[in-house]
Amino acid sequence: MTDHALALTASQAAAAIGRGELDPGQLFDLYRSRAAGERLGAFTWVAEAAPAAATGGALGGVPLAVKDLFCTEGVPSQSGSRILEGYRPPYTATVVERLARAGAPLLGKTNQDEFAMGSSNENSAFGPVLNPWDQTRVPGGSSGGSAAAVAGGLAPWALGTDTGGSIRQPAALCGIVGLKPTYGAASRYGMIAFASSLDQAGPLTRDVTDAALLLSHMVGEPDPRDCTSLRFPEPIVMPSRTDLRGLRLGVPAELSGEGIEPGVLAAFEATLEVARALGADVEPCALPHAPHALAAYYVLAPAECSSNLARFDGVRFGYRSPDAADLLAMYESTRHDGFGAEVKRRIMLGTFALSSGYYDAYYGRAQRVRTKIATDFAAAFERFDFVVMPTSPCVAFELGAKTADPYAMYANDFLAVPASLAGIPAMSIPNGFAAPPGGGTPLPVGFQLAGPAFSENRMLDAAFALEQALGFDGSSIRA
Amino acid sequence: MIDRDTVLHVARLARLALTEDEIGRMVGELGAVLEHIETIAALDLEGVAPTSHVVEVSNALRDDVPEPSLPREQILAAAPSVAGDGFAVPSPQA
Repeated sequence: MTDHALALTASQAAAAIGRGELDPGQLFDLYRSRAAGERLGAFTWVAEAAPAAATGGALGGVPLAVKDLFCTEGVPSQSGSRILEGYRPPYTATVVERLARAGAPLLGKTNQDEFAMGSSNENSAFGPVLNPWDQTRVPGGSSGGSAAAVAGGLAPWALGTDTGGSIRQPAALCGIVGLKPTYGAASRYGMIAFASSLDQAGPLTRDVTDAALLLSHMVGEPDPRDCTSLRFPEPIVMPSRTDLRGLRLGVPAELSGEGIEPGVLAAFEATLEVARALGADVEPCALPHAPHALAAYYVLAPAECSSNLARFDGVRFGYRSPDAADLLAMYESTRHDGFGAEVKRRIMLGTFALSSGYYDAYYGRAQRVRTKIATDFAAAFERFDFVVMPTSPCVAFELGAKTADPYAMYANDFLAVPASLAGIPAMSIPNGFAAPPGGGTPLPVGFQLAGPAFSENRMLDAAFALEQALGFDGSSIRA
Repeated sequence: MIDRDTVLHVARLARLALTEDEIGRMVGELGAVLEHIETIAALDLEGVAPTSHVVEVSNALRDDVPEPSLPREQILAAAPSVAGDGFAVPSPQA
């Protein structure tokens, strides 16, 4: 049963369980042993056994890998940080709870960049994650463990979070599907916060159908424990569309040319042809402020993180520096010892941007740029159903290749952050392969769609039609 | 514009101790990142309202009904140091 069960997508497995052809306990054990014995660094904790109440529900008991930053009661939830090493929260994040109730029990916690700050998963206090396609390369980040677990066949599906591309970019680099929902669609309660106006939970899956299925159990009624969570206006339905007739796709010149590897661009353009062949109307569109999104993002996200991470002070949970003389020294050395280099950099950047005398020039301006970006998208959506672009400007790069220059790492996010700032849904689907610059084995490329708020159903349908036409096979196992 | 004094001032605001080596690196790295961020200084943003929330919503209020909080001992169990029924910290003026 092993090879057969591993080849099933999560939706296929759930259906097989429903028909009585697959035993959910055996499925859990199969993935449990794969996750426990993995060598990609994808997991930081693996369940001993399926929770007794985990089977049943619409999802039937198909195990779920969950990014470390989701609080899970009694289970290490460390957000990739030394400052939370060994922390076991007294409660569970709403989306994890909802999915468990729907029949997706917790398989394990996945490695991530510390506090979700990074694009390569090299910022984790618990070591890097390796890309299952080429273990000398990064899986992307910050949900790198979740992406590698799904791509490597260590989990049927996974939960990640996206602040400025942290679901979509690793999905692209690992050849899987990643969806960032509309801001507010999924509850943030129990997610260890990075940048609260941007953070959003979403699925990382082998195919588009799995993304729809997982998402359908994440959204719905607002969570009374998250005042920014919203009622999703309609149920998420399983995608079924096989053509794109009548759909208008806008290709922003600002996000489909400069700064993108030639192989990635060629794969993107080939898929635009596929979209045309499926009946879509593909035209250029303008997002004039998109080139400034990265700069605005790297003011706003660090500013929010500097505020959110103030709670890690050695008083209520996590690490405390053992030998501080007074209270202030305790705060300062706890945070010095507990945070990694990138987190310190962003706290410093954000504190600077919010500090007296600089607030208007940085934070205030960045919030205005954000408004312009949202307005650009709104104008584009008057003419187009979706805006499409590559997900990542590059294929998976080698470990260590971009760690010396912080901004070179940040630049990986420039195709992902515009949708984040606008709060709109966006997803990445596998778009074939491209050789890295300088040659070598071809690596996965992602194709990104972004749509208006709450357009997830239509977006999943369009992505499904493209997926079928591109002939992507979600069953490959690589680790 | 980012010099050693700025780094020390911001680190104090952030309650973050830095080693000499880290101070030096922050001066260079923050300066380099801010240079990229400066590009937004040239934009004409006159009359543009800052984003306060990305999706248009009015207040989200739940019913004003008291609910139990997590038990105190469960919260204290996660603390690095406890005294009685509270968190213990070093004295501010030790």
